[in-house]
Amino acid sequence: MRFLTCVPRVLLLTLLSFQALSLSANELTVGLAAPITSLDPHYHNLTPNISVAKQVFEPLFLTDAFQNLKPGLAESWRNIDPLTYEIKLRKGVKWHDGSPFVAEDVLASFKRIPDVPNSPASFALYVRQITEATAPDAHTLILKTAKPYTGLIRDLNSAQIVPKAIAESAKTEDFNSGKAMIGTGPYKFVEYKPGDRVVFARNDEYWGGKGDWTTVQMRMIANNAARVAALLAGDLQMIENVPTPDVKRLSSDKNLAIAQAVSNRIIYLHMDSNRTKNSPFVRTADGKPMEEANPLTDPRVRRAISKAMNRDVIVERIMETVAVPAGQLMAEQFFGTSKKLPVEKYDPEGAKKLLAEAGYPNGFQLTLHSPNNRYINDEKIAQAVAQFLTRVGIVTKLETMPSNIFFSRGSKLEFSFMLAGWASESGDPSSPLRSLLGTYDAATGTGAANRGRFSSPELDALTTDAMTEIDEAKRGAKLAFASEKAMELMGIVPLHYEVSVWATKSNLTYTARADQYTLAHEVKIKK
Amino acid sequence: MFVFIMRRLSQTAVVLLVTSLLVFAGLFVVGDPVEILISPDADQIERERARVALGLDKPGWMQYLLFLKNALSGDLGKSFVYGRPALEVIFERMPATLELATVAMLISIFVGIPLGLYAGLKPDSKISKAIMAISIVGFSLPTFWVGLMLIMLFAVQLGWLPSTGRGPTTEFLGMKLSIIHWDGLKYAILPGINLALFKLSLIIRLTRAQVRENVLLDYIRFARAKGLRKSRILGVHLLKNIMIPLVTVIGLELGSVIAFAIVTESIFAWPGMGKLVIDSIFQLDRPVVVAYLMITVLMFVVINLVIDILYSVLDPRVRLSAAKN
Repeated sequence: MRFLTCVPRVLLLTLLSFQALSLSANELTVGLAAPITSLDPHYHNLTPNISVAKQVFEPLFLTDAFQNLKPGLAESWRNIDPLTYEIKLRKGVKWHDGSPFVAEDVLASFKRIPDVPNSPASFALYVRQITEATAPDAHTLILKTAKPYTGLIRDLNSAQIVPKAIAESAKTEDFNSGKAMIGTGPYKFVEYKPGDRVVFARNDEYWGGKGDWTTVQMRMIANNAARVAALLAGDLQMIENVPTPDVKRLSSDKNLAIAQAVSNRIIYLHMDSNRTKNSPFVRTADGKPMEEANPLTDPRVRRAISKAMNRDVIVERIMETVAVPAGQLMAEQFFGTSKKLPVEKYDPEGAKKLLAEAGYPNGFQLTLHSPNNRYINDEKIAQAVAQFLTRVGIVTKLETMPSNIFFSRGSKLEFSFMLAGWASESGDPSSPLRSLLGTYDAATGTGAANRGRFSSPELDALTTDAMTEIDEAKRGAKLAFASEKAMELMGIVPLHYEVSVWATKSNLTYTARADQYTLAHEVKIKK
Repeated sequence: MFVFIMRRLSQTAVVLLVTSLLVFAGLFVVGDPVEILISPDADQIERERARVALGLDKPGWMQYLLFLKNALSGDLGKSFVYGRPALEVIFERMPATLELATVAMLISIFVGIPLGLYAGLKPDSKISKAIMAISIVGFSLPTFWVGLMLIMLFAVQLGWLPSTGRGPTTEFLGMKLSIIHWDGLKYAILPGINLALFKLSLIIRLTRAQVRENVLLDYIRFARAKGLRKSRILGVHLLKNIMIPLVTVIGLELGSVIAFAIVTESIFAWPGMGKLVIDSIFQLDRPVVVAYLMITVLMFVVINLVIDILYSVLDPRVRLSAAKN
């Protein structure tokens, strides 16, 4: 249904005035961009589900707008030794049913997380490193890991805590019916209509202070044009994922306010590093199969591809400036990123020179595969990429497909050259370093999404080193260093970071979040 | 009649079997649901766990046989995405879609037939020409565009009606319905009109053509010569005779309004089955897609059966035993 995305522009151009805010001041109505699949916070590891769960449930540590950790149900943590964590829990926190929050609840939740029947994507990986969890007293936790693993505290951010009794007995159905929806979060669950809306009421006892809204309705309106129209019609006070063509329009409307922030998602090019010859979609300049070599394994060719990209044009023309050109795995605002990695300059002459050096003075032929319904403007970006490459002599054809086909075929290593995106849940570069650039190895769980099978023992060692560093500052520096290595080797070619955009009525404020969650508690009425 | 119905039902069973096989095979070829459903962060162990949890680790033919075995006992499998029985997921959304279809069909019938009659009886009047012109517009404008224009005009500009979503529901005969109160009905008006527009145009044009054809026939002339009142000629003789093609079309269109209201549902964020099935296709949620298409097939078969029976009621010349041929 891509044709629908061009409509909001027409809609907005002809718009002259709109209705005044008709809802009472302390009810918030939000338009979410995707339906949730379940209310069970441990059932499906999916951004919309987590976003809705976070109104009611909380993990041990919360994150700020740039995914830096801050205290939540846990007040502090320290390493007793590299394998042992001591976590101090907040005292005086109450569940929505009035019972006190204690360490036993956390232990029971950790136990339930890997054990949800029929889960299509579980949260098990975030607690798998814990080999032993104990509670010496009601507000202290001791967690042990088999080997030093410093991603643990960040991983726990994805583990929502539920009361012990619920963790032990509740099924996914009990959450969907609302029976088990008892959390510690700023809002209490009221009602869920599948595919339509979720309704919440304020938790007046919330330890972090009362929110601004007595009730919150979260409506799921997947169609971009409809979501924007509902905001303009006054049926909604806030929407997430504002479509890029509408951002400029909406921000010039004095009745609305825009909140945007660079997200944790990077759009990148992935190259077949697996086959040393006969890569399926690489051809010689005159169209014959390349039987001797795979140019994509040559770092000079990869650098040439990077130099051929005019990222400013992509950001300005295709993304209508609602994106940021990328020079590494995550935007510089995030923890563990390098300050020494500028965005690669557009340099077609330099690219041609590098190609000639690598033995391809006449270039070669390539097919780029891209999804066409997964990332913002993915198909248009892929078209631009193909043209940039053709300009420097790599004659590139383009083939796009729905993401359900793209990822299946990509994982079967059917492609030579792909456009894809990666969102770092951990909020630091460790996630792409491990899953995207790490050597594919089922035993260690690295490289699970490495569809180009890029592999560098040197980079793997740096990543492991960073992941086992206990000192937070040193860890950041090591992650940055590993990022620099990854960019030197050009394991992937970064294009840009997506920007998340919210639009609200002008009397509201929202701090745009890198993790793309829409949190009602953070929506404030302007004083 | 009984033989006729039984024969129809046995044909249906074959159609259902073929549908399930085609859809199953089709989705199997498209891709691997785990690749879509899994969090990108997931490692190989987690991917494998999900594959086993969803029963996708078995070879394709075995998955199909298992599906058939369960289907015979009325279980069409658990949705990969929602983890609940596929039929339950679909039936939960069904009242919303039926509601919208009802509103749309009522609009098309009660506006379409009178307008069509008028245009057929007075083909040369200006009003008739206007009606026909509007019906062409209704035919040719794309649904998504009309939908957005309706929202823009009635919700954004005038503020008379809500822009999207379904209104508050009340329990009625075990179903949660929204259109039995004005508070809920007002949400259904814009999507109802949007969905009805095409059917409305179709019914207008069909009625007009039928009327034009029938008014020239002998029985109308005879009725006139006999001195019957105009309202009786229209209401009893003419209307009954033009009904047969109309009933066929209305029946088939009812089926398509229920099964394929996808565009309208997504533009108006109407939580019906159409939206569900589109999401399910994107997520390769095979149990839901298979179950949905089987329900759709069944629905069309039933509607057609009802139409055939209605024929014999409307026109005594039609005999259902004709199925002997």
